[in-house]
Amino acid sequence: MTNSTQPGILKGEAMMRTQPAAAAPKRAPFDEALARKMRRRGQKSRYSWLVPTLYIIFLMLPIYWLVNMSFKTNQEILGSFTLFPSNPTLRNYMVIFTDYSWYSGYINSIIYVVMNTVISVAVALPAAYAFSRYRFLGDKHLFFWLLTNRMAPPAVFALPFLQLYSAFGLVDTHIAVALAHCLFNVPLAVWILEGFMSGVPKEIDETAYIDGYSFPRFFVKIFMPLISSGIGVAAFFCFMFSWVELLIARTLTTTAAKPIASTMTRTVSASGLDWGVLAAAGVLTIIPGALVIYFVRNYIAKGFALGRV
Amino acid sequence: MNFAWMAWTWPTAIFFITIFALIAAMGVWEYFRPGGDPRVGILRFETTRGDRLFISLLGSSFINLAWLGLVDTNLWWSLALSVAYAILVFRYV
Amino acid sequence: MEKTWNNKAWFLVLPVLLLVGFSAVIPLMTVVNYSVQDTFGNNVFFWSGLTWFEQVLHSRRFHEALLRNLAFSFTILAIQIPLGIFIALNMPRKGIGVPICLVLMALPLLIPWNVVGTIWQVFGRVDIGLLGRTLAAMGINYNYATDPVAAWVTVIVMDVWHWTSLVVLLCYAGLVSIPDAYYQAAKIDGASRWSVFRYIQLPKMHRVLLIAVLLRFMDSFMIYTEPFVVTGGGPGSTTTFLSIDLVKMAIGQFDLGPAAAMSIIYFLIILLLSWVFYTVMTNYDSGR
Repeated sequence: MTNSTQPGILKGEAMMRTQPAAAAPKRAPFDEALARKMRRRGQKSRYSWLVPTLYIIFLMLPIYWLVNMSFKTNQEILGSFTLFPSNPTLRNYMVIFTDYSWYSGYINSIIYVVMNTVISVAVALPAAYAFSRYRFLGDKHLFFWLLTNRMAPPAVFALPFLQLYSAFGLVDTHIAVALAHCLFNVPLAVWILEGFMSGVPKEIDETAYIDGYSFPRFFVKIFMPLISSGIGVAAFFCFMFSWVELLIARTLTTTAAKPIASTMTRTVSASGLDWGVLAAAGVLTIIPGALVIYFVRNYIAKGFALGRV
Repeated sequence: MNFAWMAWTWPTAIFFITIFALIAAMGVWEYFRPGGDPRVGILRFETTRGDRLFISLLGSSFINLAWLGLVDTNLWWSLALSVAYAILVFRYV
Repeated sequence: MEKTWNNKAWFLVLPVLLLVGFSAVIPLMTVVNYSVQDTFGNNVFFWSGLTWFEQVLHSRRFHEALLRNLAFSFTILAIQIPLGIFIALNMPRKGIGVPICLVLMALPLLIPWNVVGTIWQVFGRVDIGLLGRTLAAMGINYNYATDPVAAWVTVIVMDVWHWTSLVVLLCYAGLVSIPDAYYQAAKIDGASRWSVFRYIQLPKMHRVLLIAVLLRFMDSFMIYTEPFVVTGGGPGSTTTFLSIDLVKMAIGQFDLGPAAAMSIIYFLIILLLSWVFYTVMTNYDSGR
């Protein structure tokens, strides 16, 4: 089997690296003045910082407004229009931290998100290894089938999921949501990890086997440390997509495992008017994401560079 | 464990058995004649037997839907059309 | 990398196969079963043949939701892709600005989707929102709850806010992989800003752009939570996209049959589109 018949998508990283440096400078007759002029023209304009700045302002404005509201009383939110809270209050946050039905939502969300991340990465690791190292019966079709699950609309699956997990008596448990989210996170994790694994030369495997390593021992002791950043990126994206998903999480839970996201929607429809608490709850859902993103910021660029989101 | 909620009927069961049998047959075929017979057909990219089966099935589903939406509910004609389409796909794609 | 043929690799894939098969194949088969039957609850089903498919294919509600969804998807692609490229081109390449930009830009991607909806719902409200208030003060009649145009604009701006960063990050990743030597060569050749973009930067971004288009198209084609929170599909049904309509039918009205038939048609469209994108992508890769 030659390289050309492998799904090229599997070779993303290798491709990005092997761009020949041959297209580099044509040594044209060098003219100092001309070169300087061209250098100036080729450079980025002095005002290019304006574009990302404006974009970030656009991104931050709605978030700022939410944070602003979370420190206001309801009277101030509804009665007046102020750009900063005139008497900042922590009451909204106190409501969330003292009311079980609120803070349990965060605990539930964290539990099933972490479960999902662990399961997804754990089952994806051997599969990604298989896809990156071996050819086997039906591999390409299997890979495409996995990816279609990432593309499938959750709305299609919501109702049968409810029936399926009812049949197993799993409705309203954390594991049900964690398993259901595997539908789109496992394919994603396989895709990302496969990219990182393809970047590790095969000679390493062969040397280890010659040195008498068994497959599990080699995998855990030698291989996993080599792709640790890949595992980090995969875990990050699993965390992200499980954390932001609402439709399936809401359908599969009623009270005991209700995620924070669905606590919020139900409170809106029920009482409708406690804007301050709603804003505070929203702000608190942003914080875990912001923390995670800060810690993996260097890896994200790499994960994106592989184009495996 | 109760699976009444899956609401199996004979026609849908036959449908799925057919699909799984096709996939299994492809697997056996591939096992004895590996490589998948890759070639470049009229779509101008390389396809294997498995790809051609997928194109046939997906195309057939759209042929049947179009027939149902545009012509009438008698799907035997569109089924015949789908078989013809599948033969063309396996011959030329 | 040269791969060895080894059918034992199946054992490594088995856990994934079982897990995803369990949560994908069983529900999908159930949907197919429901689509040909009618029920009044309690797991009692009646054969109804292809009635539901016929009904969905002929229903104006489905056609309109489909067209609306296509219009939405193409609009946000037309905005997000050029905007994302433009911002990525102007991103700083080194220094303290890089992590700041990356972290701040990635932030919207990690906000739960219903919170994104809540943020924009609050932000746009005429009585308490910054945007709504500002527009009202400028004399612009803007109310997303009653005016279809305002609702559409809100939903589109919200999606741009939410997802343009993904395009930016992908393009940025493509751009930073361009060696400096390319730019120097372009300078020496006296290439204009446009030709640098056209002949150096765009080809390097080609692949990530394909992925960006694929992801943005697919995700916008199954968008549910954000517009649902902001507009609830209204006013009327002017922002009812396919997923919103489907959930309304399946869980709201519990019309299992029509919802299942619609799911299958919806899924087939998605399957066709992902196959086309995937084939284009893999053939583009191996063609290089």
